[in-house]
Amino acid sequence: MKRLLTLAAMIAVLGSEARAQGSVPLVADLSSHLVAITTGFSGTDVLLFGATDGPGDIAVVVRGPAENEVIRRKGRKGPMWVNTDEVTFRDAPSYYRVASSRPLDEFAPQTLLSRYQIGIDNLRIGTLADTALKPEEVADFRKAFVRLKTEASLYDQGLGAVNFMSNRLFRTELHFPSNVPTGTYLVEVYLFRDGDVTSAEIVPLNISQIGMSADIFDFAHNLAPLYGIVSILLAASAGWMANVAFRRT
Amino acid sequence: MQVYLPIAEMSVNIFLVLGLGGAVGLLSGLFGVGGGFLMTPLLIFVGVPPAVAVGTQSVQIVGSSVSGVLAHMRRGTVDFAMGAVLTVGGFLGSGLGVWVFSLLKNSGHIDLTISLGYVLFLGVVGGFMLTESLPGVLKKRPAAVALAARGPGRHTWMHGLPLKFRFRKSKLYVSALLPLGIGFLVGLLVATMGVGGGFLMVPAMIYLLGMPTQVVIGTSLLQITFVTANTALLQSIINQSVDLVLALLLLVVGVVSTQIGVRLSSKVKGEYLRVALAVMILAVAIRLALGLVIQPHELFTLSTGSGE
Repeated sequence: MKRLLTLAAMIAVLGSEARAQGSVPLVADLSSHLVAITTGFSGTDVLLFGATDGPGDIAVVVRGPAENEVIRRKGRKGPMWVNTDEVTFRDAPSYYRVASSRPLDEFAPQTLLSRYQIGIDNLRIGTLADTALKPEEVADFRKAFVRLKTEASLYDQGLGAVNFMSNRLFRTELHFPSNVPTGTYLVEVYLFRDGDVTSAEIVPLNISQIGMSADIFDFAHNLAPLYGIVSILLAASAGWMANVAFRRT
Repeated sequence: MQVYLPIAEMSVNIFLVLGLGGAVGLLSGLFGVGGGFLMTPLLIFVGVPPAVAVGTQSVQIVGSSVSGVLAHMRRGTVDFAMGAVLTVGGFLGSGLGVWVFSLLKNSGHIDLTISLGYVLFLGVVGGFMLTESLPGVLKKRPAAVALAARGPGRHTWMHGLPLKFRFRKSKLYVSALLPLGIGFLVGLLVATMGVGGGFLMVPAMIYLLGMPTQVVIGTSLLQITFVTANTALLQSIINQSVDLVLALLLLVVGVVSTQIGVRLSSKVKGEYLRVALAVMILAVAIRLALGLVIQPHELFTLSTGSGE
């Protein structure tokens, strides 16, 4: 029932928007523009929905805030396995996944997929210039990077499904795991027609800590010395209280 | 049931965290060790970032040590003079340790250094404790070891050191430089390896200083309380790596189980405690050594956020 209502609301909103703006080929929005990480947060789904002005294919790319990520590789040194090489990937998305209405190669040429960086293989991740490794080795590091991010549920090598209803309305669920990095996410929606991008829209999504979690985070970063003292006093008083409780019994 | 950790920026199962805190707290009270050498690897294994694991559990150790040291004070098994000297040494050592830590971090081999340090110290201390305490247990000769170590005939270079001081509670007349040096080494470890240091200090106090076993645990907890409090403060200021939610969860069960551990420790013979502690320390050392030698399943590791 709730789903039906949501759909009805979507149709009403999108219908009126499409009429008001006349020839807009693509509109899209999220069920929520803020993912609030509270104390009980254990991952969440956000609904992306939208409409097109006719048949076509939709590709959706979700990117987390860019970060520098260091990948280290262990090698044998004497009897031990120690870190021997490292590569720093510059401005890699902390979170990345793709959803589409059909397999990508069925509707989009490779040139466009790589121009818009749709699909993990088309993701351009730069390395810091000072690496002494051969290009093949850097490629190994890149594979390992994607594998580790996938294991952490932050990248998805598969393709999410975008479902169309009557060739005009589309929707897809975007999943965010409990360890999702905070920051501003960009949800890019591309409309493909006849092997070309007809229209595109970018919807921002903010993921941030809210309530007690956010207060503790701010306290720890803005008033670090006081935070340390408070932590120690809380810990010491917890120890003292346990001691008093045990003396009575 | 999941709970979100604001500094670690991840969610964990609350019962898992409570279980860890309880188990490590029990061992802390029983053996007079902070339990950091168990808790740090366990938290990292659960998925907490290493820096947050080290910072947070220094706060947790403060709480469980306060609980333990109060229980020992009530029973009169704390040597305050000895504890004060050890603490001064600990402050000096942890100050140097913070500096050494930043040097190692820049060289990129901090993980290896920490693992090797653990294997080396835990292996030597555990092996020594086991060979020393096992015969006493097997032959049912209680306290023979401790008595022999404090016998009048043993006069070594240690007794020739200046600044001699009488530690009444420990029934010792030794140079203050000895406990100062022990405290210094332990402080160095606290800052570089994220441990309380009890696993090194307790044997050093028994075998090097020759302190009576009953006083050793309370006195080491006194030093651990102050030195880890100092470290926790530095970690909060420099790295912002103390997760208060995680620390309090660990503490709630930790302080209670520490009390239970302290009670149990007075009912068990010292020799048996030392053998059990030695076996536990050796087990952790062997586990860590295997981790260094066996080819890892995944050769690559990922660390986010740093970078130039």
